[in-house]
Amino acid sequence: MAAATGAIGAAAPGQRGGVLQTLRDSWVVAKRNLRRMTRIPEIVVFGMMQPVMFVLLFTYVMGGAIAVPGTTDHNAYKQYLMAGIFAQTVTFAVAGASAGIAEDMTKGLVDRFRSLPMARSAVLVGRTMADLVQTALTVVVLALVAFAIGWRIHKGVLEAFGGFLLLLLLGYAFSWIGALIGLSVRSPEAATSAGLVWLFPLTFLSNAFVPVSTMPGWLQAIAYWNPFSATVQAVRDLFGNLPPGQVQTEWPMQHAIGVSIGWSVLIAVLFSMLSVRKYRSAAG
Amino acid sequence: MAGAAISAEGLVKTFGDVRALDGVDLDVPEGTVLGLLGPNGAGKTTTVRVLTTLLKPDSGHATVAGVDVLKHPNKVRSLIGLSGQYAAVDEYLTGRENLQMVGELYQMSARDAKARALELLDWFNLGEAANRTAKTYSGGMRRRLDLAAALVVRPPVMFLDEPTTGLDPRNRMALWEVIETLVGQGTTLLLTTQYLEEADRLAHDIAVVDHGRVIARGTADKLKAQIGGERVEVVVQSAIDLDAALEALTPHAMGEPTVEQHTRRITVPVEGGAAVLADVIRELDARGIVINDIGLRRPTLDDVFLSLTGHATMGDADENTATGKKTAGKDS
Repeated sequence: MAAATGAIGAAAPGQRGGVLQTLRDSWVVAKRNLRRMTRIPEIVVFGMMQPVMFVLLFTYVMGGAIAVPGTTDHNAYKQYLMAGIFAQTVTFAVAGASAGIAEDMTKGLVDRFRSLPMARSAVLVGRTMADLVQTALTVVVLALVAFAIGWRIHKGVLEAFGGFLLLLLLGYAFSWIGALIGLSVRSPEAATSAGLVWLFPLTFLSNAFVPVSTMPGWLQAIAYWNPFSATVQAVRDLFGNLPPGQVQTEWPMQHAIGVSIGWSVLIAVLFSMLSVRKYRSAAG
Repeated sequence: MAGAAISAEGLVKTFGDVRALDGVDLDVPEGTVLGLLGPNGAGKTTTVRVLTTLLKPDSGHATVAGVDVLKHPNKVRSLIGLSGQYAAVDEYLTGRENLQMVGELYQMSARDAKARALELLDWFNLGEAANRTAKTYSGGMRRRLDLAAALVVRPPVMFLDEPTTGLDPRNRMALWEVIETLVGQGTTLLLTTQYLEEADRLAHDIAVVDHGRVIARGTADKLKAQIGGERVEVVVQSAIDLDAALEALTPHAMGEPTVEQHTRRITVPVEGGAAVLADVIRELDARGIVINDIGLRRPTLDDVFLSLTGHATMGDADENTATGKKTAGKDS
């Protein structure tokens, strides 16, 4: 009984507010999601295995049949492929965010959070930040595997670092799409499918796995303007993995770094605004 | 509205064609418990969601602890504790981590949140399980953890939405004791329940809700007195005798008798007490009807509900009977 009337904590804690509270609340939620990852390591491990499979399948099964323009070197596809795999991997953060948030909705946790005097964006910011950590871990493991089978970075440390930053930015932006999906669907299972059903075509309708110049003309336009393609092109460039002698004449390919940042920022801003608005009125 | 910890006027909320709330008025004086009683879909949960800032009403006005729910939702959130129909805990966090997280999100310092978490875990008999993930907890333990989460800041006003739904009788009793202790410490409580017994035991005041409206309001005793009289309850041994028994009882009935086929139970409102009971037994005996059980009892909240709404409290007949039995047992 004494505990309930004890002296710790105030009955009505003071209001904070502002950016500092948002950051602190987001950190509390991110901590929670990171802890969950350590408790369910399967999710992280399987999340890493999928892109590793892709690398192996594309390199050894399909790689032989895909010609990289401007070279006959068999090893060239491996170099070409990795940027695509990296970009695809980071965008799979969509699935994690959407399933996780949908689960919190169905289990009543979102209701609990919404009844607490915490920043309205913190549940989603915390979730996407934790997903970003998982994405970064996956990228590191993937890079090590790729290195082991012969992929190399041919440019400087700064450029390579920039390439990884572009990838993480893209992944972070896409996790906000996942957040909106998670808040909109009725079950975690639906969230997983809803997260992947458009993502697969989006990643394949790009320069990630095959040169866009091999596609029909009308598809080429879509592929070149795909947010995905800009990042892949930029990362290829920053890793020094562009096929030798390849000349890109399309505007988004010539300005790939800027276009990549632009798309990512646009997606992140747009979908975080939509998601937070949805969260405020979420019916759990 | 001095003295009212919770007050609501004319709350209306529609979902498509459904008027979930059709003008709900409530006031709960400080330090008291209001039981919101009604069947599934009556509007209990929607009312709680509006009062706890989770849902905006289409129209109406509400204050909690004197703060306007619509104008200052975040201020309200710092003054309330909510425990919903699900045990809303993260099953991959330990009990301590769950409570500490909630404390920090109530804007307590990390250190205070941790100390409070440990304090509450002990109080709720979860001290031993503090460092185990909630996944390993039993249903009753999760509910206690969820209730503890609603108590982290010692809120002056608490909302418990069907806190014991799905719990076995032992855990239900244990939770009732916890709730009674809280109320003894001066917390104002709004409790929703489908269990008449629960409202009867915990609430000072009961509001009966049906189709989004408060259709009756008062203490349990007042509501029972409102429909007056006593009930004769007969359980016959064989279902074939139900019609004959009903015939024997009808001359004594002061209102509509109710028949439950599968439990072979007939309930009739009567006046005249024990003398009527003796008459009834003689008549049943004369007709050769074998009875398993017969008794005279005061009306239960079940009867109140039936006479107010024309339907029983719950769709599920089995559950309904079980509750009725328990309530009857307690009253007799």
